[in-house]
Amino acid sequence: MAKREERIGVFVCHCGLNIAGTVDVQRVVDEIKRYPGVVHAEHYMYMCSDPGQELMRKAIREKGLTAVVNANCSPSLHERTFRRVCASVGLNPYRCEIANIREQCSWPHTYDKETATKKALAIIKTTVERLRLNMMLTPLVIPLIKRALVIGGGIAGIQAALDIANGGYQVILVEKEASLGGHVMELSATFPTLESPKDFLIPRIDEVMAHPNIRLYLNSEVDAVSGYVGSFNVKIRQKTKIVEEEIGAIVTAPGFDLLPREKLPVYPDDPDIVDGLQFERILSPERLTYGKIKRPSDGRVPQDIVFIQCAGSRDPEHGMPYCSRVCCMYTAKQVLLYRKAVLEGQAYVCYMDIRSDAKGYEEFFQQVMSHDGVLYVRGNVSRAFRDGDKLKIWTVDTLSGKSLEITADMVVLALAMVSRPGTRELARKLNISVNEHGFLTEAHIKLRPVESLTSGIFLAGTAQWPRDIPDTIASASAAASKVLSLFSRKELLHEPTTAHVDEEVCSGCGVCVPVCTYKAISIDENKKVAVVNEALCEGCGSCAATCPSKAMQHRNWSHRQLLAMIDVAGGGYV
Amino acid sequence: MDLAYYPGCTLKTRAKNFETSALAAMSALGINLVELPRWNCCGTVYSLAEDDLIHHVAAVRNLIRVKEQGKNKVVTLCAFCYNTLKRANLVMKDSPDKRYAINIFMDEEPDYYGEVETAHLLQVLRDDVGWEKIAGRVKHPLKDLKIVGYYGCTLLRPQSVAIDSVERPTILQDLLKALGGTAVDFPFATECCGAFQIVNNRDIITERTAAILGSAAKSGAEALAVSCPLCEYNLRQTQSSTKQPQSGVPVMPALYFTQLMALAFGLDLAVCGFEENSPETRAWLKNKGLIS
Repeated sequence: MAKREERIGVFVCHCGLNIAGTVDVQRVVDEIKRYPGVVHAEHYMYMCSDPGQELMRKAIREKGLTAVVNANCSPSLHERTFRRVCASVGLNPYRCEIANIREQCSWPHTYDKETATKKALAIIKTTVERLRLNMMLTPLVIPLIKRALVIGGGIAGIQAALDIANGGYQVILVEKEASLGGHVMELSATFPTLESPKDFLIPRIDEVMAHPNIRLYLNSEVDAVSGYVGSFNVKIRQKTKIVEEEIGAIVTAPGFDLLPREKLPVYPDDPDIVDGLQFERILSPERLTYGKIKRPSDGRVPQDIVFIQCAGSRDPEHGMPYCSRVCCMYTAKQVLLYRKAVLEGQAYVCYMDIRSDAKGYEEFFQQVMSHDGVLYVRGNVSRAFRDGDKLKIWTVDTLSGKSLEITADMVVLALAMVSRPGTRELARKLNISVNEHGFLTEAHIKLRPVESLTSGIFLAGTAQWPRDIPDTIASASAAASKVLSLFSRKELLHEPTTAHVDEEVCSGCGVCVPVCTYKAISIDENKKVAVVNEALCEGCGSCAATCPSKAMQHRNWSHRQLLAMIDVAGGGYV
Repeated sequence: MDLAYYPGCTLKTRAKNFETSALAAMSALGINLVELPRWNCCGTVYSLAEDDLIHHVAAVRNLIRVKEQGKNKVVTLCAFCYNTLKRANLVMKDSPDKRYAINIFMDEEPDYYGEVETAHLLQVLRDDVGWEKIAGRVKHPLKDLKIVGYYGCTLLRPQSVAIDSVERPTILQDLLKALGGTAVDFPFATECCGAFQIVNNRDIITERTAAILGSAAKSGAEALAVSCPLCEYNLRQTQSSTKQPQSGVPVMPALYFTQLMALAFGLDLAVCGFEENSPETRAWLKNKGLIS
């Protein structure tokens, strides 16, 4: 193959002082200009800005560049930006590559300008070498089934399903229980307005039941999922029968559980020590006690009641190191409802800190805290135990430095919110990840908060992290909007930088099959070769690294490219 | 089986009954507690001062004595000795700087790196002997005997040396059950008895032990099983000083768990040394038909 003559341009970004404060950008430009194949090099304050992009366009047009290196931040930030710039002036976007000289150079070497400058040059040179062999690619077109699956019929699933259905697309809603509504249906009232959740949830449930675009599967669970964004196949188990559905996108909202009580040995198993959700049922006007607050053991009205916040939250020793985020507010709400129902009652709240960081929350909390018959005690409870027909609670008031023993009739534990035991299993079926606590992991905590790392699968509600109702609704609507934006496309494009098999070389040994996280590789038993499903391939490169005969190659990350990069990296810098 | 045994000072003076009952009960289980030929005070209280390394020297010296015997494990009875030795050993194991300073200072001794495992006898019973074997050795089950396991502080705190769950330990109750008794839970099981405050502030001891005894009585217990000579002493002192009926403090024997083992195993009562417990102990045991 005749080597085409490359005309490569290098654009070095200052990123303000993020790069230029450490890397000598002028020296980088001067040296790289002399590098074989480089016909243009320049630096600019912010290459991602409009004037910066214009500089690129001008140089590509005027110098007739055939390939472009952008030396700046991580490709996860501006690769798309600069590839778009290239495409806008007729250069194939896959002839543009990022040399990361910020996260991988200027930031870690802030105090060593000489090393940073040399390393920046080495990074750019390796990228030039890679670029010489970069192919011109066009994105893959993959089919798009415009029907969504929503897993979980709690408030998050309901919201996501209605948003998508109202956008004009079909939704399949799968709920494990016999009815919709989830934990929110168990609540007596909601903070900070004391609105009954039934008032806003039941109309939403009715809307779901009657919606022509929603098909509801109750008493059902997702059994297996295969396929990829645009065309998933899902098997739904409804009691004994299995139903198959074809869908294009998935919203995952399986919800939360409370931390099991036995994880906290300082609280004995006692009928009058209840958790937050049990107390909601006691408060709830239409349940059990018809709005009268009675304690479970003997039905007496509790005159002294102790609310214990952070029971298992912010407590790495027993429970969970994280904050469950809703307990401060729902405890305040429960205190208020209790005081309204028991006029001579005394409520104690044992707390660590009060977190009331949303609209109207602090005002609500202040109102509760200053209510008579309510005493907030700042300190951790060390033990609660039965003493005759009373309960004793040992705690400390850290503001006065005194140990306290509170005698009460009832204790309410604001137990930590945890991931449901089934969430890990569901995540495994969907091929999405969970964190160390079993919560679903988002693709990027700031920029892609409702996406999983598997495209086409979105996250909503408390399976991702403890959330209150407004945040849950917001996340569900955000996930739904991601589905709607996906469905609004005519066709689905997939990055062409995938793995591909050289069938002449492949022996069908199959070592690439288990290393693929995305389950994109299978073995064609007739031809005895590996086959890559390019729609599933995310281009991670594991298979290419594993293949013993180098039959598996990654487009634009070929072995030849890597060797060329290693050659120049070793010569120039190390 | 022979196990290296570190007695500590109290077991040779005020808590002889703890030692005699333990040696006899263990030999009934086929384990010889072999006292170290040379030992010194453990240092009594583990010093928390960051730079107070001299206080660990006594404990470390004892651990070196164990190593000299060719042993890698030492058993203690006294909960305080257990705590001090175990924590000093952790320093030698995990803090290279302190280990270096202590080793340099003790230039007459071989260097020590925390190799010796420090165990409390309760751990040996649970982990090496097992409750089943203990239950199998019982001749006179302690039936109809409601006893609380009272742990105090030093077997369980800090967590790094705890022999069981810090907040809800069961090891003493498990032993009591193996001996055929009824183990009663009570909320004060891991509360401090006041410890050395007995020396300069008796009121603290009176208040603490009265609360402990009161709670034990409320839970329906008739006696306490203890493993710390200082707890035993404090509980006994309070009872003798508050015997007036108006004080409301129940009179309740505090027995070493090894005494209960010896009783249940049907050993010679001389090894129990009940005369060193509170004066009411013998009468109560007689009343319960455990001694004649």
